[in-house]
Amino acid sequence: MSWMKNPFKRNTPTNPAGPLDYYRKLWLRLTVLGTLFFLYAPIANLIAFSFNDSRRNIVWRGFTWKYYEKAWANDSLMIAFGNSLTIALITTIFAVILGALSAYVMWRFKFPFKAAYEGGMALPIVIPEICMGVAMMAFFARVNWPTDLTYPFNLSAITIAHIAFSFPFAAIVIRARLETFNTELSESAQDLGASEFQVFKDIIVPHMKPGLIAGALLSFTLSLDDFVITFFTSGPNTLTFPVKIYSMVRFSVTPEVNAASTVLIGLTLILTALALRLQNRDKELPIV
Amino acid sequence: MDSWRHHRSAFWAAFTAPTFWLVVFFLIPLSLLWLFSFGEKEGITGINISWTLKQYSRALDPLYLGIFAKSLWMAFLTTLICLIVAFPVAIAIVFAPPKARLWLLLLIILPFWTNLLIRTYALIAVLRTRGQVNFGLEWLWDHANSFLTLIGLGSYNLLGADFEPLGMLYNNTAVLIGLVYVHLPFMVLPLYAALDRLDRSYMEASFDLGAGHVRTFRSIIIPLALPGIASGIIITFIPAMGSYLTPDLLGGTDSQMIANVIERQFKSANDWPFGAALSFILMYVTFFGLALRAVLAKREGRGGKIT
Repeated sequence: MSWMKNPFKRNTPTNPAGPLDYYRKLWLRLTVLGTLFFLYAPIANLIAFSFNDSRRNIVWRGFTWKYYEKAWANDSLMIAFGNSLTIALITTIFAVILGALSAYVMWRFKFPFKAAYEGGMALPIVIPEICMGVAMMAFFARVNWPTDLTYPFNLSAITIAHIAFSFPFAAIVIRARLETFNTELSESAQDLGASEFQVFKDIIVPHMKPGLIAGALLSFTLSLDDFVITFFTSGPNTLTFPVKIYSMVRFSVTPEVNAASTVLIGLTLILTALALRLQNRDKELPIV
Repeated sequence: MDSWRHHRSAFWAAFTAPTFWLVVFFLIPLSLLWLFSFGEKEGITGINISWTLKQYSRALDPLYLGIFAKSLWMAFLTTLICLIVAFPVAIAIVFAPPKARLWLLLLIILPFWTNLLIRTYALIAVLRTRGQVNFGLEWLWDHANSFLTLIGLGSYNLLGADFEPLGMLYNNTAVLIGLVYVHLPFMVLPLYAALDRLDRSYMEASFDLGAGHVRTFRSIIIPLALPGIASGIIITFIPAMGSYLTPDLLGGTDSQMIANVIERQFKSANDWPFGAALSFILMYVTFFGLALRAVLAKREGRGGKIT
């Protein structure tokens, strides 16, 4: 693990740099460091100042948990947080099931207009978020989707939209996993008398499992991170975490927002770490 | 791969639910929006689908053409800056030792997983008048001033009488910084994928034959990485052009991009047909970009594709 302490210093004194050792060029390293600084300094700053004992948020005045307590005591913030978690959880369940089914269909079967079907499945991934947001808004208004339901049904419009954009992502991850399936397994099971459903349940689903978990974590993160589509599908009485933060941010920069954001970043980090661990078991790159 | 005809029940059992969801909760809303774009407003909430092209011709108004041009220009600048920054980063990652490479890739991807709103908010906190960047500048200013006093130039007020904080928020520069901040990973990943596939013996041959780094970069790396470059440009450009949150939170009154205009049509201006037409113009531009990417990938024989 010695490389972790200083990955940039390794071997430099002993081996002279060859022409292809671009990694050892000082200006390239500085560019990488500068880029990482640009990407992480604002986030690090946000996290650090959520613990700062000063409202001005600029000079360090000592460590405190008080903004976390304030955020905790802020009822509407907590309701929004709970709503977002509920949406993410329901979205994950649906997205994994629908994603697994569509991945299975596209992996296993030949059918007419398959290319068009695959294109349609990719559509929610590629179209601009704003277009999907306003389309969902127009749709729910047109069908008179009720907005005055009680929890958790007041979140149904947002959840439906979240499922629609996250299950194609889950399908990609699950299909990638299915590509590694050895079809001889299912063929021999059928030779031994297993029904179509038994093969699916006892052989294909267990093989899909890492893909299902990765797809679940991906859907959960996508749902939790989404702002634009949530913004357009949330009714007048439903508050979700990003929408709440948005309204707070519009007014001012406050340590409570920092504290709440830090909690969400922490949650995302834990989920990402989990997803990466699971994917690394398959020796895949952590690229989504 | 089996034909669906031989396993009808299995096919339908798996096919129905996801297709239903895609059609009812995605394609129908999109078609509805498409219909709206050929309609006209009637009263406060009514929309009369009269198959008029009026909304599209309204989008040709200089005001909206200007906003489209502005969105394209901002997306172009974002893509250009991302390309210039991401290229050396991608080269450094590709030639890094394997373990460091994995960690660097992870560090580049990680911000993707963080909420866009939170990242934008983090930028606001740093860039605002009383933020960290101005704080740092003020510190520099103070020290420069005391240095000037020390060498006897203090009375001339060479740096101005007082420190003037830079207004870095709520203007086009802030939007550009925000767009680069958000989209940089989109550029690094395809470039990395393209450079990783590049056969290094070509570069070695180039060095052996006496070419320098610049020549090798120009004549070997760039041509061979072209599919990746094209892919990176397109997948950075498309989301940058459709950005809503960044111009909304970081921009001033003149930093509106097309997504902000669409939002206004659907919320405060309450002119859905026009908003729908603008959305579809944005979508057609997106599809054009994606088609271009597919054509380029096909022509090169191997796609600079990364998902």
